[in-house]
Amino acid sequence: MKVERRVISVIVQNEHSVLARITGLFAARGYNIETLTVAPIPDSDMSRLTIETRGNVRVIEQIIKQLHKLIPTYKVIEHEEMIEKEMVMMKFPINESLAAIQALCQAYNGGIANVSSQHIITMVADEPRRVKHFIEAAQRFHPVEIVRGGVVAMERE
Amino acid sequence: MQMTGAQMVIEAMKLEGVDTVFGYPGGAIMNVYDEVYKQKDFRHILTRHEQAAVHAADGYARATGKVGVAFVTSGPGFTNAVTGIATAYMDSVPLVVISGQVPISMIGTDAFQEIDATGISRSCTKHNYLVHSAKELPRILKEAFYLAHSGRPGPVHIDIPKDVTAEMAEFNYPTHIDLPTYKPTTRGNVRQIKKAAEAICRAKRPVFYLGGGIIHAEAAGLVRELVDVTQIPAVETLMARGTLPHDHPLLLGMVGMHGSYQANMAMSEADLMIALGPRFDDRVTGKLSEFAKHAKIIHVDIDPSSIGKLVDVDYPIVGDLKEVLEVMLPKVKECVDPDKYQAWRQILKRYNDIHPLRYEDSDEVIKPQWVIERTGQLLGERAVVCTDVGQHQMWTAQFYPFSYPRQFITSGGLGTMGFGFPAAIGAKRGVPDKTVINFTGDGSILMNIQELVTAVESRLPVINIILNNHYLGMVRQWQTFFYEKRYAETDLSFQPDFVRLAEACGGVGYRVETKEEFDEALQDAIDKGVVAMIDVIVDREENVLPMVPSGGTLYNMMLEYKD
Repeated sequence: MKVERRVISVIVQNEHSVLARITGLFAARGYNIETLTVAPIPDSDMSRLTIETRGNVRVIEQIIKQLHKLIPTYKVIEHEEMIEKEMVMMKFPINESLAAIQALCQAYNGGIANVSSQHIITMVADEPRRVKHFIEAAQRFHPVEIVRGGVVAMERE
Repeated sequence: MQMTGAQMVIEAMKLEGVDTVFGYPGGAIMNVYDEVYKQKDFRHILTRHEQAAVHAADGYARATGKVGVAFVTSGPGFTNAVTGIATAYMDSVPLVVISGQVPISMIGTDAFQEIDATGISRSCTKHNYLVHSAKELPRILKEAFYLAHSGRPGPVHIDIPKDVTAEMAEFNYPTHIDLPTYKPTTRGNVRQIKKAAEAICRAKRPVFYLGGGIIHAEAAGLVRELVDVTQIPAVETLMARGTLPHDHPLLLGMVGMHGSYQANMAMSEADLMIALGPRFDDRVTGKLSEFAKHAKIIHVDIDPSSIGKLVDVDYPIVGDLKEVLEVMLPKVKECVDPDKYQAWRQILKRYNDIHPLRYEDSDEVIKPQWVIERTGQLLGERAVVCTDVGQHQMWTAQFYPFSYPRQFITSGGLGTMGFGFPAAIGAKRGVPDKTVINFTGDGSILMNIQELVTAVESRLPVINIILNNHYLGMVRQWQTFFYEKRYAETDLSFQPDFVRLAEACGGVGYRVETKEEFDEALQDAIDKGVVAMIDVIVDREENVLPMVPSGGTLYNMMLEYKD
């Protein structure tokens, strides 16, 4: 069966070790989490998790059912039509071309976040695929550190 | 009303109608036990090991259909309980397990007898709680009982720090549950049910595949009606034994690795499988790609994640079996023609004529199957039958004449040796009017033998029948078949004297080497109403047959073993 990439959002009740329940579910069943982002939903007692995962159709179906089965799970959103964004920060040596780095970042919906005596730090937030391209393109500026933030997603409608 | 956390635990037991708690005290749960000391509303049964406390609560729950309750302390008390919890989880048994924990201020400091109990139980419970304040306790206790028995039942674990059991707070036990995230689907999609009913009427070679969910849903009556109305043959999983009475003309027997020839052939040749509450365990399906190759599948289950997990299902129905069958039954009645399956029933009957479930009896040595059959003849419906895990378990499932749900109590999913005896103690407490038998092996019984003391002290006369072949029998069987008889560490020739062991603990022991002695021993144990160990020396190298080798196909059973 074909392995596919899926982004699943899970709305859960904020309670003791709820994140451990979710990650434990993946670990115990041998499923893979590629990226994971979590934050409370404003003005509620819920949190939203966005999980990027891979698996064949049966695995993805099981993941969704198992997520539903957890007692604190309120909702599992698995629409394919989601707007996805991922953030990445990169650190470059100060002797690289600031102007060229800035131009590259702008092409990927980002910019310079900080410049110190030693380093240039950039920030880009874009679709996961474009973030990947950005990281590839930025290699020519000899990055010393890369921090990816994981996917966040929202249904289009 | 203000009360301590410990008092709240006890109050909740009363409000939930708990009549028995199984447990073992210790440092972190002492405040709760201080309240247990004052109790008259429920009985506390002190087991001699925490694992046994949970198995006993489990046996009680399986025998009665009520929620079983166990109390254990922190650290080793809890870790000992884990096997019991996991056993109940695998078989969907409703339990509430309450463990003590070190005081909140000491959590995470590697304190004496501290363990991350909820971290450990997360993967083998339906849900669990670490209580942070006595204020939360009434809600958590109420939720725990509700979660344990509703939807797909399962064990719920509550870990209570010692200072929380001492903390005072207002006790308002909730009258209703407010769990917006937990809404099990019970009704079943009516359109799907209709489609399934039509498929049943259309089929030529249908078979009912009856699973343990029927017992949990108390749906056996409706299942029997459905089987009778349709005249469609049925197979039972290990966990569903007793759904149909043993002498029901349409019952083909148990299915799976040690299922009957006709049951496994029915599964292999059916064009429609009506799966009611099973979970397509690998011990039933054998090689998945060959399982029920010709069949469309109807699968009714309360747990959506059970449906389509291993095999593709044509008619998935999520719902409570009882509610689904109440809708399905009249629809099936409208269209079914029971005569239509006549030819199919004939085919299956022929399979049974060719290869019936049988064993070769002997006059020289006692056959283990004979012991089970004989017990069935002598006690039949009067006994609730528990087992440990191994050959004796499979022979019991094959040869005991079960007549009703909850008559057979066994660890199916986890396959826990040491389950039978404590579970039998719990069952005896739950159904005191029944004779409770535990068929066990000489390997299994030693895994919780200390419960002899519990049974005697608690006056819960359980009769253990040890099918003693001086082997770890099932492993030895696999070594015979698949490891060229290299009996690595399965020879149990060195044994305690089970008779004297029973006597040392205040019970009665019998050594049985002839059939007559067995009859006498069993009758004597029943007459005396005591905790008994009947040590039956049986044929050493008897095998459980038929057998589908692990990963093999159901239609390719080993029907005999030739040396």
